[in-house]
Amino acid sequence: MEAVNIFVKSIFIDNMIFAYFLGMCSYLAVSKTVKTAVGLGAAVIFVLGITVPINFLLENYVLKEGALEWLDPSLATTDLSFLSFILFIAVIASMVQLVEMIVEKFAPALYGALGIFLPLIAVNCSILGGSLFMQDRQYASIGDATVFGLGSGVGWFLAILAIAAIREKIRYSNVPAPLRGLGITFIITGLMGIGFMSFMGIEL
Amino acid sequence: MKALENLLDKIKPTFEEGGKLEKFYPVYDALETFAFVPDHTTSKGAHIRDAIDMKRTMFIVILAMVPALLFGIYNTGFQHYSALGIDAPFMDMVLFGLGKVLPLIIVSYGVGLGVEFIFCIIKGHSIQEGFLVSGMLIPLIMPMDVPLWMVAVATAFAVLIAKEVFGGTGMNILNVALTARAFLFFAYPTKMSGNKVWVNTESGSTVDGYTGETLLAQAIESGPNFADITNTAYASIGESFMASVIGFIPGSIGETSVIAILLGAAILLWTGIASWRIILMGVLGGAAMGLIFNILGPQFFPENLYLQVPWWHQLVMGGFMFGVVFMATDPVTAAQTAKGKLWYGFLIGFLAIMIRVVNPAYPEGIMMAILFMNVMAPTIDHYVVQGNINKRLKRLKTA
Repeated sequence: MEAVNIFVKSIFIDNMIFAYFLGMCSYLAVSKTVKTAVGLGAAVIFVLGITVPINFLLENYVLKEGALEWLDPSLATTDLSFLSFILFIAVIASMVQLVEMIVEKFAPALYGALGIFLPLIAVNCSILGGSLFMQDRQYASIGDATVFGLGSGVGWFLAILAIAAIREKIRYSNVPAPLRGLGITFIITGLMGIGFMSFMGIEL
Repeated sequence: MKALENLLDKIKPTFEEGGKLEKFYPVYDALETFAFVPDHTTSKGAHIRDAIDMKRTMFIVILAMVPALLFGIYNTGFQHYSALGIDAPFMDMVLFGLGKVLPLIIVSYGVGLGVEFIFCIIKGHSIQEGFLVSGMLIPLIMPMDVPLWMVAVATAFAVLIAKEVFGGTGMNILNVALTARAFLFFAYPTKMSGNKVWVNTESGSTVDGYTGETLLAQAIESGPNFADITNTAYASIGESFMASVIGFIPGSIGETSVIAILLGAAILLWTGIASWRIILMGVLGGAAMGLIFNILGPQFFPENLYLQVPWWHQLVMGGFMFGVVFMATDPVTAAQTAKGKLWYGFLIGFLAIMIRVVNPAYPEGIMMAILFMNVMAPTIDHYVVQGNINKRLKRLKTA
C-alpha cells in the first residue's frame, strides 16, 4: 500500500516538471514530436528507475553517518555524506553510458533522433533530483526507493508526452511571430501546470 | 433592421481600403457579419457549404445557457432575501439578481471583446466570435459577489494567455472561461471560495441557521460527517438531492440548477453542437467514481462518510453538471476523435468526483478535472489516430 502511495504521489502530486520544474531543458528541447518525446521519456524512466535504488544502497551503506558500521564498528561515527553529490553523479553518468549503448544497439533510429540529448540525461536535473529527493525523504526500503524512482520517471514521461502532443497539435496555429518556438512552449508549460494543480494538496 | 443595414452600408467606405478608418476594418466586419449574413464568401481553401457558421453556432450555445442564466439571476435575489429573512416579491428578487449579474456580464464582454478587437486590429485578421460563448460562461461560473475588477483582470488574462497567444479562436488548448476562473481561484482564493461570497448579505443581519456555504464546502470542511450536514440543512439526503436538482441553493451564478442546465443540454444535443459522447461519458465517469467510493468507502475508510454519499447525489452537487454540459463539450479544447471523446469525457467525470472528495484543497473538482483533461486531450487523440493507422496497416498486410 505504501509503495502504491509513493508511486501515485511521485507521478501526479510531486511531478518532477510541474511541482519542481526539474529536467526542463530536455523537456523543452525534445518535445517537438511525440515519437522522440516517448523515446526520451522512456530513457528517463529507465535511468531514474536504476540510479535511484543504486544511490539508495550507496547512501545507506556508504555515505550516511554510521552507514559504514558493517565494515568495522569503529566507523560508526564516520559521515561521508559530503561525498554524495559526486558519487551520485558518477553513478548516473555511468548508467547513462549504459543506456546510450543499449539504445544505439537496439534502436538506431531513436538514437539518431535523440541526438545530443541522450548523453545529456547525465546532467538532466530530474535524475540527480530524484536521487537527492530520495536522500532527503529517507525512504524506508530499497523497494520504496525504486518505486519512487520509477514513479518520478513516469511523471516526467507523462509531462513530456502531453506537451509533445500539444506542440504537434498547434504546429499550424497562427502564433504571434515573437512567441513562436520556445516562447509558446513556456506558456504551454505554465498552462499545463494549472492543469496539474488538480492533484496538489491530495494527501496520501 | 433596414435602418441598421442602411447605416452599415453608408459607413462601409470609411473602413474599406483607402478609407479614413481602414485600420478598424475588422471591427466593422465583425459588426456587419454579426447583424447580417455577409454577401461575400471565402475564396481560398476547402470549405463545407452550410447555412450555419461560427456566429450562429455560438449563438445557439448562448441560447442554451439562457435558462441557467435566468435561473441564476433569480436565485441570486432569492438567496439574498432568504438569507436576510425578508419575504420579498418575485420582481424584487429578479431586480436584485439583475443588479448583481448584469455588471459581471458587461465587464466580461467588454474586457474580453476589447482584448480581442485590439489583437485583430494589430494582426489585421477578421474578428473571431469565439469569445461570445466564453464571455457568457465567465459570469456564470463566478460567485455573484466577486469584485468586478477581478473579473476584468481574469478575463484579460484568459483571453490573452490562454487564447490570443495561440493564434485566437479555435487554437487554444485550455478552455478560456475555465482559465479565467482558475486564475481567480489561485490568485484570490478568498473571493472565490468560503462562506462569504455566494450570497449577498451586505445590508442587514442574517436569519438563524444561515451559513452561506455551498453544500460541497460544508462537506469538505467537516469531511467525515457529511451525512450529518445534509441532515441538519435538509431533512434527508433525498431532500438535499432535490434541492440540488431544482437549485435554490448558494453557488456560482449558473451552476446551481440542474434542471436549467439540462434544458440547455437538450438544446445543445438536439442541434448537435455539443458532443453526446462527452456528456454521456462524463456523467458515466462521475457515476463510476461515486460508485467506487460507495463500495470501497465503508470497507476501507468507514470514518469518512463523504465517501458514502450516494453516487447519484454526487452528480447533482456543485458545478459538475454545468461543467460537463457547457465546458467539457467545448469543441476546441476537447478531444477531436470520436473514440478520444469517450475517454476524455469519462476521465473528466471520474477525476472531477475524485478531486472533489479526495483533495481537501478544492471543494469542487470539475474545474480542475476539465483543465487537466484539456491538457491531456491531444495525447489521447494522438494515440487514437495511431491506433487507427496501425489497425489499417495490419488490415493491409493481411489482405
